Amino acid sequence: MPHRVAILAQDHNLIAAIQSDLSDSEVLELRDDLAERIGRRRVRGIVVDVTALDVIDSFVARALREIAVLARLRGAETIIVGIQPDVAIAMVQFKLNLTPLRTALDLDEALGLLECAR
Amino acid sequence: MTTPTSHDWTSADANGESLLPELVALLRASRGELREEWVRRITDASLLGVMTPDEIFSEVTAVYDNYVDALETGSVETLQAYARDLSERIIPRGVDTDEVLGIVLLLRDVLARRLFVEYQHDKDLLNAILDAYEPAANRIAVTVGVSFVEERERVIREQQEAIRELSTPVLQVRERLLILPIIGMLDAQRARQLTEQLLSEIQSSRAKVVVIDITGVATIDVAVADHIVQTVEAARLMGASAIITGLSSKIAQTLVDLGVDLSMMNTVGDLQGGLEEAERLLGVLPPAEPTER
Repeated sequence: MPHRVAILAQDHNLIAAIQSDLSDSEVLELRDDLAERIGRRRVRGIVVDVTALDVIDSFVARALREIAVLARLRGAETIIVGIQPDVAIAMVQFKLNLTPLRTALDLDEALGLLECAR
Repeated sequence: MTTPTSHDWTSADANGESLLPELVALLRASRGELREEWVRRITDASLLGVMTPDEIFSEVTAVYDNYVDALETGSVETLQAYARDLSERIIPRGVDTDEVLGIVLLLRDVLARRLFVEYQHDKDLLNAILDAYEPAANRIAVTVGVSFVEERERVIREQQEAIRELSTPVLQVRERLLILPIIGMLDAQRARQLTEQLLSEIQSSRAKVVVIDITGVATIDVAVADHIVQTVEAARLMGASAIITGLSSKIAQTLVDLGVDLSMMNTVGDLQGGLEEAERLLGVLPPAEPTER
């Protein structure tokens, strides 16, 4: 089955580029997929690119938080990149909380942060 | 009976229609005399104090001719355009609505007086003439007044727009560092616009740190504080850290009294301190000594 999320491995990092809005089950699939891959590749950092998402609802926000917690437990740092201005405003207004997730402007930035943390 | 034409007030009745041309001819013939009478009345009423007598006379001439044309053709469009143009010229000089209305009503009175004088020997004819004249004159007065007010509203709207644009500049100080100086009142609409502008600027300039300076904000309430917190939070979601600077002691006091939780926010006393903090975050300056914090 073709994935709507491309997960790329780069060095000790995983980069999950979400291509379009995801259904709830696809979000959970992404979460489980990432969790499983962390163990396989001795991953130290995960970057989730949400540039293509027009909406981040409470379900997606929680899934992203869970990814971060799971990854943390297995020794990897998670960074979300590419939240659009409209999405950011909406998330703040609906009081969606992403803590303890870290955010960065784009992929470059996120990889830089992961590099520093090492 | 005649059939109504497109301009209903020129054909209010059969008499009116036939009398208007006569009326217009009379007003054209007495142009010089009536114009001077009008200027005299304007000066007596000390209207248009900001304009020189020469200016008043030339404007008066133009308005008079347009006025009579409007009476003749029944079409106020030319007069309306002229009134707009005139308003555009005199509004910046501080001419008020009451002056403009006063002047147009004076002209109406001057012309009516002339009609009394001309037709006083025949009461019925005078009545018929006035029946034709009054609705037309009133409509012209309304047109001029409305044009003036519309023009002024347009100017006010443009100025408000300009103030709104000017008052929320997002400035790039160095690579990846933006400053947002907020000056004046923050209402809900402006706060929203400001947030949107800041976020799109963060995206386009790839900013990493934003310094929001609120030195120029006089007062703050729960809603405004909430907006600032939301802006900071939204900026963080996009990967930029925000630093708030310039909280006056009064505003700080208000925030404490209101119980607004600013613990999530990075605040620094003044803009200079904020910029230094920003440069530290960007790694341009070395981290501060612990004693400074």
